[in-house]
Order: sequence, then structure tokens, then C-alpha cells
Amino acid sequence: MSLIATLARLQAVQSGRAQPMATVRHRRLSERPLVFVPLTTAGEAGAPLGALVGTDRGRPRLLVVPQPRDRELRFAFLAELAEVVLPYVESFAEETQAETRNETDPETGKKVKVEVELCVDAPQLIVPSRAGVEFVRLLGRSMRFRRTAEQDPDTPYPAPPRVPLLGRWLTHFGERAHVPGSAQLLAMTELLGRHWATGQSSLEDQHLGALLSWIDPPVGTSGAEAAHQAELGRDKEGQLLCPPAGPATDPAFDNRLLAPAIERFDRARTALQAAEDGLDADDRLGELAAAQREIAALIESRTRPTWDAVWRGLDLLRTLPEAPRSAERWTRDLWSYTGHRDRVLAGEPPQPRRDDAVTAARKLQRREEAQARLEAQEALDDPLVMAGRRLTGEAFVGEVTEAVMTYTEDKRPRPRPLITVWTEDQPHLGAGAKVYRSLQGKPQSAEFIGYEEGGVVLRILDKMGRGKEPDEGSVPTKGDRLCWTLFEHDARGGAKLPDAEQTPWTHGGPPGEPTAEQPDPLTPEDVL
Amino acid sequence: MTALDGSTAADFDPSAAATEATTAILRDTLHGTDRGVVVDSPPGAGKSTLVVNTALELAAAGRPLMVVAQTNAQVDDLVLRLAEKNPDLPVGRLHSSDADAYDKALDDLPQVRTSSKAGDLAGLDVVLSTAAKWAHVKDVEPWQHAIVDEAYQMRSDSLLAVAGLFERALFVGDPGQLDPFSIVGSEQWAGLSYDPSASAVSTLLAHNPQLPQHRLPVSWRLPASAAPLISDAFYPFTKFRSGTSHGDRALSFGVTGDGSAHDRVLDEAAASGWGLLELPARHTPRTDPEAVQALALVVRRLLDRGGVTVSERSPDPAPLTADRIAVGTAHRDQAAAVRTALADLGVQGVTVDTANRLQGREYDVTVVLHPLSGRPDATAFHLETGRLCVLASRHRHACIVVCRAGVAELLDEHPSTEPVQLGVTVKFPDGWDANHTVLSHLSEHRVSYRP
Repeated sequence: MSLIATLARLQAVQSGRAQPMATVRHRRLSERPLVFVPLTTAGEAGAPLGALVGTDRGRPRLLVVPQPRDRELRFAFLAELAEVVLPYVESFAEETQAETRNETDPETGKKVKVEVELCVDAPQLIVPSRAGVEFVRLLGRSMRFRRTAEQDPDTPYPAPPRVPLLGRWLTHFGERAHVPGSAQLLAMTELLGRHWATGQSSLEDQHLGALLSWIDPPVGTSGAEAAHQAELGRDKEGQLLCPPAGPATDPAFDNRLLAPAIERFDRARTALQAAEDGLDADDRLGELAAAQREIAALIESRTRPTWDAVWRGLDLLRTLPEAPRSAERWTRDLWSYTGHRDRVLAGEPPQPRRDDAVTAARKLQRREEAQARLEAQEALDDPLVMAGRRLTGEAFVGEVTEAVMTYTEDKRPRPRPLITVWTEDQPHLGAGAKVYRSLQGKPQSAEFIGYEEGGVVLRILDKMGRGKEPDEGSVPTKGDRLCWTLFEHDARGGAKLPDAEQTPWTHGGPPGEPTAEQPDPLTPEDVL
Repeated sequence: MTALDGSTAADFDPSAAATEATTAILRDTLHGTDRGVVVDSPPGAGKSTLVVNTALELAAAGRPLMVVAQTNAQVDDLVLRLAEKNPDLPVGRLHSSDADAYDKALDDLPQVRTSSKAGDLAGLDVVLSTAAKWAHVKDVEPWQHAIVDEAYQMRSDSLLAVAGLFERALFVGDPGQLDPFSIVGSEQWAGLSYDPSASAVSTLLAHNPQLPQHRLPVSWRLPASAAPLISDAFYPFTKFRSGTSHGDRALSFGVTGDGSAHDRVLDEAAASGWGLLELPARHTPRTDPEAVQALALVVRRLLDRGGVTVSERSPDPAPLTADRIAVGTAHRDQAAAVRTALADLGVQGVTVDTANRLQGREYDVTVVLHPLSGRPDATAFHLETGRLCVLASRHRHACIVVCRAGVAELLDEHPSTEPVQLGVTVKFPDGWDANHTVLSHLSEHRVSYRP
């Protein structure tokens, strides 16, 4: 934990309220996000129990699996989920704008400009917690290789028509969530944790209810008390007042409420199957429906508080103005969304189970670039974040006390002004270190020359125009107060990787012709 | 190499063992049929010498060679060593287009051509550059041979980017030092043979398990007082020996100690090769002011007391100067704090850096801030075996560790809890175990100090 985060947490403990960690909102929030609050069955990874999902805060869609061990019922749940999620995801696919992109012409090998479509907006999924992000990925993995009856008439358990497609999209969102700064799939606890520091540990911050209590405690109580109540408070029946944000459920709920309700459902279903005549069946159908309603009510009672908490979190985040550079990162999300839309439209197969060597390396490189870019952009957008970097010696703010013009000794002399910056910060400047400042949104670089009486001496290196005399306003003057960073403002592109067909011998050689991934084979362990 | 493990010091001839290993490596590299050869080298075992000698042999055999190192400093160092060994060998130094991309000392060597374009260096016997720069080279004839230096610190993805440039390669590195790292999570690929965040060697061997593997059996840097500890703690299955024996090296001071804790720990380190200056237990910020001050004072006294070293390199005693001393820390802000404290005490010329940057370097005496000193927790970063190994294996004479009391208890409270990933080879020893081994050895050389 950085020094400034530790300080903010200490202040939060002292004041009983969360402290701001940012002055602006560092992620784009969509006008129309899709909130998804899933629950999973204890002990059965990937067996959903139910969910609240939707874009309308007042009218979430409740989806329930009354018997999570029943494949048919799970498929029905996934089909319903696809009915909600896919129309939402696809609603952004139509409206596009024309963009030009540099591509290499496969025949001539030359760089050419190509006109391509870019969707003007993209879907945004919000889940309550990090575990929810992982659950989205898991759902995607469990669905994308399924076959529908239309794709394969012989498949033993055909999936409902749109389920494999939902799997592909959820996989896309799950992968995208690994990219630092992406806003396609966000976890509310992480969003809030980025913008506020609480007086509890980061482990406890994963409890959405407790986290919100610190940020926005009820009138008259401190954040610490409210968080404690949110974490541990139980009603007379021993149920948590603030149910966990899921997807895992509270064992007390599982044992005392859910298990008996599922048992009643099972009994009602067995009774219905054993019904002897139509009249009898009618009665028992009514019992089954009642049992189903009971489970649905239970699921709603556990998900609704979380649903409301997520929207409350969105309200809190919307009180912060959006950071200017988050738009640039959102544009990358638009490209990513458009790209996946095109792959689906082109009939490409689902994402493979495992990345090949080149794809894995490329993804890692891009994510590292994204991380470096995100850290720089957040600091440049937000003085509070920059303060943290200044404390660690990675940036400094100071006043220009002297500016002296010097020139290079080339045939055509170029300006290389020397400036002295007086600062109280303690940057870790080594000999020849480069520093950067933002000049009209572009980074201007300077070289560290040394320390003098008046402060840090820097030689400005670029962004001064083409002539001998620097452009107006491109050189700092005495009295200017500037912020210099030791980190670069944009991420450098990584190494050029070979094409997958040219994977070298050190990495196992070319992966061969891509074969369509087979659906997961049925094994004796598949009891679900 | 069986003689290594079972024999006594008396019948062990370090030079013979080292020569035997080197001969086998050269044979496999020059005349072997495999596309790769892997050499594991413990700290100070003559890895750079091996790289230079192999490069000269390959050049003499008329085989075009590219050398891949990880940092510009390493590349420049290799170029200078090659030039020293054979001033007639035409060498190319491929560099980035940044200003100060390479050591300006190379400009004084007529046989060294420098360029930022690989095309300009075509036809030279040996071309050297960093992995990052090689990754941008394309549309060239592949080299017959490559030497990849510090291969255990190279990431799998950066080998992927350069492996198309050569047909065969010698991979040299130290498996005990810091593993490569990535700034984003990479659990997604854990267990895959080509996990891009793993080391180049682990990917190489996963796909080519039949490649010959060698190791250098003798550390010429570490003194007889340090080699057994470092070998036991960090290389328990591939033990190595010191090339010198106990009487070969000595550190002494012209000025007698004044009885202070700093002087006593120096005397202890001079006599035994190790010293632990222990401050009272306390949770502190990373840049613990008392520990930093204690560290700076130790360095100040080391210089003030007129240290003199005797070693196998020369019959005459050599003065211990500032450039032969290094201070090692875990974090950059700690290094910065130590630099400031040293400057306040008027000390100049002592290297102060983090474990990552001290890799591959060598000094007479090192003063180390223990990575776990004053911490309330023991994270994977601070427990990493390689970090402690680097810090404890840079010295030719003595190593002094400055630490808060209570690290043993801290370790016991924080067993390693990293999740187990399927398909990933578990690394031995783990940091927890290695830390305990080193700590229990250091505790025999403890001097308590109350600021």
C-alpha cells in the first residue's frame, strides 16, 4: 500500500468516514449500464442459483433456478439470461461511425489507410464484486462450447438457441475485465475502492455493504459502526441483515431457508410426476408453483439489497466529474466491442479454451501497456493521485525560478533552454534522468542536469517547434508553476511478436491449423 | 561432478572442476547437435567469462553470432570484455535510438561499430544488443548462433520475440536470482508451457526437455564463509563451492573499533564474513529512519576505519575504497533514503541500489537492509527467494545486514499462502524456508543496537 493510501485509511479510521482517493471519476460510466447480481449454488462451481439483471433500477428482472442441480432448469435460466443480456449487448451494434485505421496490405506489405466502422457506444456490465467478474467469466466458459440442437442434432443435451452466443459475449467481457482501465465489465467494490479509502482492510472492502457504509453512513452513525453492522448484523432468525453481494451466499441462508425450500420444490415435483388423474395433477401443479414462488422470493430477498447497493454506488460515483482521459480508454473499449461484434458476425468460432503462445504474449504485453498508460493518465487527470506519485518521488511540482536560453552546437542550432525549478518535493532523480510535463495535452520532455541552490535544473528537449527560436508558450518562464513526472505519459509499444504460424522452436513451434474446438466431453463426474 | 558433493575441501580442485564444466559446455555449443544448450550459474561463477570465451570460440570458428543480454549496461560490459580479450575482433553494438543509448567508452574502440539499425552491422562477427532492441529487428538473415545472457531474468514473451532471429543458442543464467515479473496479473496462463510471464528458460525446457543442461560448479566471487550458506539456502539441489578457501581472503581495519555497535558489527563481519546489526523490534514505514541511519553509519565507519582487503587476486593488501562497497535494499524509496543519509554523512561513491539493479554486480563489502525489517507482514514480494539471494551474494569479503528484531516471528506468522496453480513446477526452496536458513545463520553474528 502506498504511503498516501495508508494516510487516507488512517484518516478514515480517525474520522469514521471514508476519505477520497480521487477528485475525479477515473472510469467511464455508461448512461445505460446493465447491472447483473448473480448468485451461485454453494459447493457447485458454475451452477447458478439465480440473478437480478437489467438496466432499469426500479424493475430488475428476477431469474431463478429452483433446483440448481437440474440441467434443464439451468438451461432455462441461461436462456432467460440470454433474452435479457443479448438484446442489450446487441443494441449498441447498429449505430456506428466511420474511422480510418492503418493496416498492412497483405499483398504489397505497405501501410494503407482503411475505412472501418466503430460503434459509437458500447455495453457496460456492472457486477457487485470481483468474485462476480470471475463468475461472468466462468458462465461464459461453461456456455460458449455448448451445441444447440440446430448446430448438432446428435448432441445429448442441446443448449437453448442463444446460449452459446451469450457464452461468447460473457467470455469477451471476462477477458476485457483483465485489461487495466477497461470499463466494459466493472466490479462495484473495485470502483468504489479506487475512489475512496475506508478505515478497514482491503479484504473487508470486498464486502459491498460494509464499503458503502464507510463511504455514506446513515445519519447519526459512524462509518465504522455501520460497516460492522453491515458485516455481522443478523435478524431474529439468524439471517444477515445485509446479505453478501455474492455470487456466494451465506451458509445460514443456505441451511435454514434455501435447502428446505428446494426440498419442498423437489417433493412437489415428484408428487406431480406421480399424479394419477388430471384433477390430482392440477392440485399438485399448484403446489409446485407455490414452491417455485417461495424460492423466487428467497432469491429476490437476497439479491435485491445488493441490486440497490450497486445503484447507490453508481449514484455516489456519478457525483464525481469524469476524468478527461477516461474517454480515451473508453474509445479502446469501443474498438474492442466493435471487434468482437465483427468476429461474431463473420461466423468465427468461439474463443479457444487456451491462448496460443503468441496470443498469450500479445495479451500480456497489451495489458502491461494499458497498466502503464492507466497509471500515468490517472495521475495526470487528478492532483490527488499525482500527490501520491509525488510522495513516492516519481513526480514533483515546483516554481520556475530561472530560465536561460541555450542552443545546440549543430549547423542549425536548436533551442535547449535551461530552467531551474524550486520544489519542496523529493524526486528520485538520477544522473541523466528524463522528466515530462504536459504541454497542451502532449508530453514535453526535459533532461535532469543537476541540483543547484535554486532547485532542480532541467534542459528542455522538445516540443518547441522547428525553428531556432522556440514557439510561443513552449518554454516555461520564470514564475510558472509546473508539474514534472519521472514516468512517461504514454506507454511504449512492446516488442514485435511473430505471427502464430511462425512460433519459434523455443515455444513449441507453430500450433498448426486451427481446429474448431469441440464441446466439453461428458464425463462420469458430470453429475449436474 | 560427483566429486563436488562427497569430497572434502582438501581433494577438491576448483579450477579443475570449473575447467571441466566449461570444456563440456563449449563442446556441446560448438559441436553438439541440439539447438540449445542451457547453463546454470550460481553467483559469481564466471558466467560473463564463459559468455565472452564462447563468443570468441564461435567467432574463431567463423559462425556469425548474436548476443542477447537484458540491459544496456550488461551489453556494454560484454562489448568491453570482448574488446579486452580480443582487440581485433569486429564487434557490432546494436542500440536504441535514444540519446545515451550505450556507453560512450565504446566510441574509443576502433573495432566496435555502433548503430541503431541491424542492417548496418551485417557481416560483423559478433553483434550484441538487448532483448528489447533485438525484438524490433526484422527482415534479416537469421544468425547461426546466439548467446542469451541472464536467461533466467528474461521473460518467455521476450524470448518469443527474438527466437526467430537465430538457429541455435546457448542460454546462460542464474536460476537463484530474481524471477522476471509482470506488472499485471498473469494467472490466466499459469501452468501453460509458454506462460508469457515465466522465465525464458522454463518455456525453452518445457518444449525442449532433451536439451543438454550444464552448471558451473564454483563461485569465484563468494568467499569460503559465504558459499556454503548461499548454496544451502538457495541452491539446495545443485550445490556449488567457493573457489577460494578460508585463508585466501581477509578484511582488516587500520583503525581499532571504538566499541560502538557499528564498529563491533564491522569487526564481526571482518572476522566471519557476516554481520547482523539488529535494531529493536518495531513496525516502521518502508524508509525506516533509524535503520537507514544505522546503515549509513556502518558505511561511514567502514570507510573511516581504513579497511584493507587481501585476496587471491594480488599479493599486496588493497585499500577498501567507496567504489568497492554497495548498499542493497528491496525498494527504490529505501535506496533513495539511504543515498540521502549517506550524502548527509559526506559519503560519496558508494553504490546504493535495489536488488533488481544489483543483479550481476560484484563488490568487496555489501551492507544490506533486510527486506522484512520492520514490516507488519511478509508478502510474496518480500519473501521472494531471488531478492534475498541477490542481496546476500554480491560480496567478495563480507556482508553486513541491518534489520529490526522479530523477523523470525514475522515469518512464522506468515507462511507462504500463494494459491497452488495446476501445472506449475513448484520452485524450491521457497522464500520462507530460505529466509529462515539465512536468518538463523546471521543470528550467530548478531550485534544488538539501540539507537
